[in-house]
Amino acid sequence: MMTPRTMFEKIWSSHEILSSPDGTSLLWIDRHLVHEGSFHGFAKLGNRPVARPELTFAVADHYVPSHARSLPIADAEAAGLVAKLAANAARHGITHFGMDDPRQGIVHVTVPEQGLTLPGITLVCGDSHTSTHGAFGALAFGIGASEVSHVLATQTLWQRRPKTMRITVDGALGPHVTAKDVILAIIGRIGAGGAVGHVIEYAGSAITALGMAARMTLCNMSIEAGARAGMVAPDATTFAWLEGRAQAPKGALWAAAMADWLVLPSDAGAVFDAEVTLDGAAIAPMVTWGTSPQTALPVTAAVPAADTAEIREQLAYMGLAAGAPLDGIAVDQVFIGSCTNGRLEDLQAAAAVLRGRRAVVPGLVVPGSVAVRAQAEALGLDAVFTKAGLTWGMPGCSMCVGTNGDLVAPGSRCAATSNRNFVGRQGPGARTHLMSPAMAAAAAVTGRITDVRRLA
Amino acid sequence: MTPFTTLAGRACVLAQENVDTDQILPARFLRKPRDLAKGQDYGAYLFHDLEVPGRAGACVLLAGANFGCGSSREGAVYALIDAGIRCVVAPSFGDIFAGNAARNGLLTLVLADAPMIEGDVWVDLPAQRIGFADQSVRGFAIDPARKRQLVEGLDEIGVTLTHADAIARFAAQDAAARAWVKPQ
Repeated sequence: MMTPRTMFEKIWSSHEILSSPDGTSLLWIDRHLVHEGSFHGFAKLGNRPVARPELTFAVADHYVPSHARSLPIADAEAAGLVAKLAANAARHGITHFGMDDPRQGIVHVTVPEQGLTLPGITLVCGDSHTSTHGAFGALAFGIGASEVSHVLATQTLWQRRPKTMRITVDGALGPHVTAKDVILAIIGRIGAGGAVGHVIEYAGSAITALGMAARMTLCNMSIEAGARAGMVAPDATTFAWLEGRAQAPKGALWAAAMADWLVLPSDAGAVFDAEVTLDGAAIAPMVTWGTSPQTALPVTAAVPAADTAEIREQLAYMGLAAGAPLDGIAVDQVFIGSCTNGRLEDLQAAAAVLRGRRAVVPGLVVPGSVAVRAQAEALGLDAVFTKAGLTWGMPGCSMCVGTNGDLVAPGSRCAATSNRNFVGRQGPGARTHLMSPAMAAAAAVTGRITDVRRLA
Repeated sequence: MTPFTTLAGRACVLAQENVDTDQILPARFLRKPRDLAKGQDYGAYLFHDLEVPGRAGACVLLAGANFGCGSSREGAVYALIDAGIRCVVAPSFGDIFAGNAARNGLLTLVLADAPMIEGDVWVDLPAQRIGFADQSVRGFAIDPARKRQLVEGLDEIGVTLTHADAIARFAAQDAAARAWVKPQ
């Protein structure tokens, strides 16, 4: 009998071209994604040709403006990087989803929408949130610029095989508890370095009950626990979501793909290097208080006591008092969007809270892609946001990382649906509290961090 | 890249855990060009918004666990290298950061309990030993592939292209076996 294998092991072994005596493997890469920030990778390529240009896709997302798209980009450096991506794509024959393309969006939102992310594939991008694509049962991970150039030149990567970790979340999630709360609870439990060197497989009834947008949210933040990648086994939910998408397999190819995908999930009895379990029913809406995603706590909790220098430093940066209840902390603004929470379901969850209400603080809502923006507008969500007093933006990374100029002012406090609350992440001196779209909407309505369950 | 064999100089200390790559190189500098031939480097951006005492002139950084977590930005490694840091010692590192480091001649030296003191330090990578300002000398483990990459200063693409035939064979077999993978 064959030894039971994990989904990760199946994908790894089917992509292993050769292994070197020092224990690293040369892996075939099925999909490679680049963005404006990949310019170092193209520069390192020098005069070498791109080996398989039809397997790389270029997407403008980090430096595109959230407003006034019909005008030239006012910021000369940002404009230069957007133009450089277009030029590199044209020079090497790479498909480019540029600023005016209907397929434009955040790379981790629009590429799955196009049907380019598939179960069982290897997918890499010079962006740590590439773990998002693991939601489809792909092995997807972020890489650096040197590796970007290596993939461009060879369509392969040298990797040492990571360990495996299974995180099982069973039980039904409570009202207004979302995938964002699940992943924040996981990171709060295992820590920002808790999964270093591991690929996570998320399993359990609370995970299989999630739709694809929620699974992407979950896998997206695997990197915030230090994981190399995160993945969810493909199932009927995955297949229904993918079927008919523009670049997904069709007809006989779809049937062949399904045959491969049905045997992809981890075998019964497969052994993982580490196991973690959480009770899904016990997870509350989560919010971070500090400058690492591992500072996530239930909104019903309080800021911790200033026991260590590390906590004191974070409290000073965040302008918070030890022991203060999280529920009630006043915020200056909200940001709803990002590759973590910029999908239609996220905007619907935020709009459900905001409908018929007014925000008492300013806020920016940025859909994850042109397609998400159009779907949201067809449902009238843009009107919900603008009537509430929030700004409706154009797709991109925006205020999650601020590289396009969407910054939180020094000392200002932002309720954000993005993925990182690092010092200065949303701008120098910015104070970020991570939470779900519904929680961010509740914060907009009250001007304070608020348990959305009380408001809804 | 510059090969890494031995190193002697001064160490500085950044004791906190989870120093993310946004701290090493804030996002607003990611847009800056880097062309060492033209004198454009990232050294001035290193730890721009963070106080690291004794950093000027140091070639080794003694850091806390999970150093380099977060964003995959290779610019974080460029900033360290361009500011003269050739080795970071920490109990653990972010995976992507450590991979980026080895590809640019920066040694990520894993040591659970290094003495966190400023002062003279030396590193001997072939012998896998490091000496600290308190005169203690410690051995360390390192991934053999990373060690070879650093010591030999390998051109990784060049090495891979020597396997071009194996790659082409794999690609042809795979295209037949998994025809559905091709973007439609």
